[in-house]
Amino acid sequence: MQAVIKKKAKELLECGTVDRVLGWKAGEFFYDLTPAVFTTPEEIDKDFVFSVFSGANMSKYLIEETKKEGKVAAFIKPCDSYSLVQLQKEHRIKRENCYIVGIACDGMCDMGLVREAGIKGATAVSEKDDKLVLETIYGEKEMPKEKALLERCVHCKSKKVVDFDEMIGENGEENPDCGRFDEVERLEAMTPDERFAFWRSQLSRCIRCNACRNVCPACSCEKCVFDNPDSGIAQKAAASDFEENNFHIIRAYHVAGRCTDCGECSRVCPQNIPLHLLNRKFIKDMNELYGFYQAGADFETKPPIMNYTTNDAEPSVVYQRGGSK
Amino acid sequence: MQVKENFTPTIVAFCCNWCSYAGADLSGNNRLEYPANVKIIRIPCSCRLNPMFILRAFQRGADGVILCGCHPGDCHYTTGNYYARRRMTLLFSMLDYLGIEKERTRVEWVSAAEGAKFAQTMNEFVEAVTALGENKRLEDLRCKQ
Repeated sequence: MQAVIKKKAKELLECGTVDRVLGWKAGEFFYDLTPAVFTTPEEIDKDFVFSVFSGANMSKYLIEETKKEGKVAAFIKPCDSYSLVQLQKEHRIKRENCYIVGIACDGMCDMGLVREAGIKGATAVSEKDDKLVLETIYGEKEMPKEKALLERCVHCKSKKVVDFDEMIGENGEENPDCGRFDEVERLEAMTPDERFAFWRSQLSRCIRCNACRNVCPACSCEKCVFDNPDSGIAQKAAASDFEENNFHIIRAYHVAGRCTDCGECSRVCPQNIPLHLLNRKFIKDMNELYGFYQAGADFETKPPIMNYTTNDAEPSVVYQRGGSK
Repeated sequence: MQVKENFTPTIVAFCCNWCSYAGADLSGNNRLEYPANVKIIRIPCSCRLNPMFILRAFQRGADGVILCGCHPGDCHYTTGNYYARRRMTLLFSMLDYLGIEKERTRVEWVSAAEGAKFAQTMNEFVEAVTALGENKRLEDLRCKQ
């Protein structure tokens, strides 16, 4: 896969279709792949990496890149393509300034899970059939890929690239029975006290690094409410429980109806807080109350929170549903 | 939930300027009684209510927050309360999901002619929140006296 993508990237640069290529390069370690912009075929030869750790959603970077002069090529996985469409819907990405290469994806991996499987000191990764082959300082080790998949890939909602100029590999299908709401349902079935204890145990770990906000394609406001120094909620260290609750409720609320469930927030969280569960709760509620809606699945449908009908459920519906008291 | 003796909850009522605020006025004119611990904040329309306002009210010591607006279909700005209805439904559902007592938040539609409904709603809501006791789950100790 990496060879095909690299070849395509060089081709696009050489024939002048694009001036820049948005891709991944290795960070400090081989598994922390960072989004990067490449301008020459030589750079691509040297630094471009695509592996099972290329989880980063490229669509957010297109906001800044398409503002610049010239065209930029981006490699978009199925889940990234939903964010790409959603951002175009919000007029954040200039589509004429980018060239989208869709890539078929069979799941991205989480280094934490590789370590949990007992593989230490890894230095490189490759794929063989449905196995991950890791070169480590103790020799070559293998593990099944499905054991190392990111949470969002285990419950992959779609393998379909929604918007692209050309495809590498076969375009897949949506998968409505991915079971992504199972965990939300499990939480809903708990008593409020249990839920409160669960969320306290999760959110109290938050260090307010703002990684979830910075990586989120939906969180791309020019001026973020949490950056306002007068708000009293802009500090790095949360000084009280309230702030942690407030930050995560409001952040989830601000992306409600625009969140495509790409799962980036949970992937980048250094404290492993399951932030996708907050977003999925909103998605689930909107699906149940206002009809099925997938953000970024098309260019036309109005998001439920910007829409209404005259016979919507009253807010008191919350007293009747969701958990036992 | 432990109920403190002589506990009087602080209630913040966000009232839309065109209906519920006038409704509150009417209930005053009619000499209807509702508890004095209901603090009314006037907003131009129920859809002006930012979800953050509700959380802020809890942070600064409210024990319950109620939003009153025009009846759906009667909004002064035609559609404001339809949006508010969706927003509040989602927000309350999220608060419940985080284990925060859902009885602390409420939405009621009160028109300018419904002074009696306003007083009755407030009496009921204060009673419900008094039974729940102090707001512990969304408090901010820095804001406590």
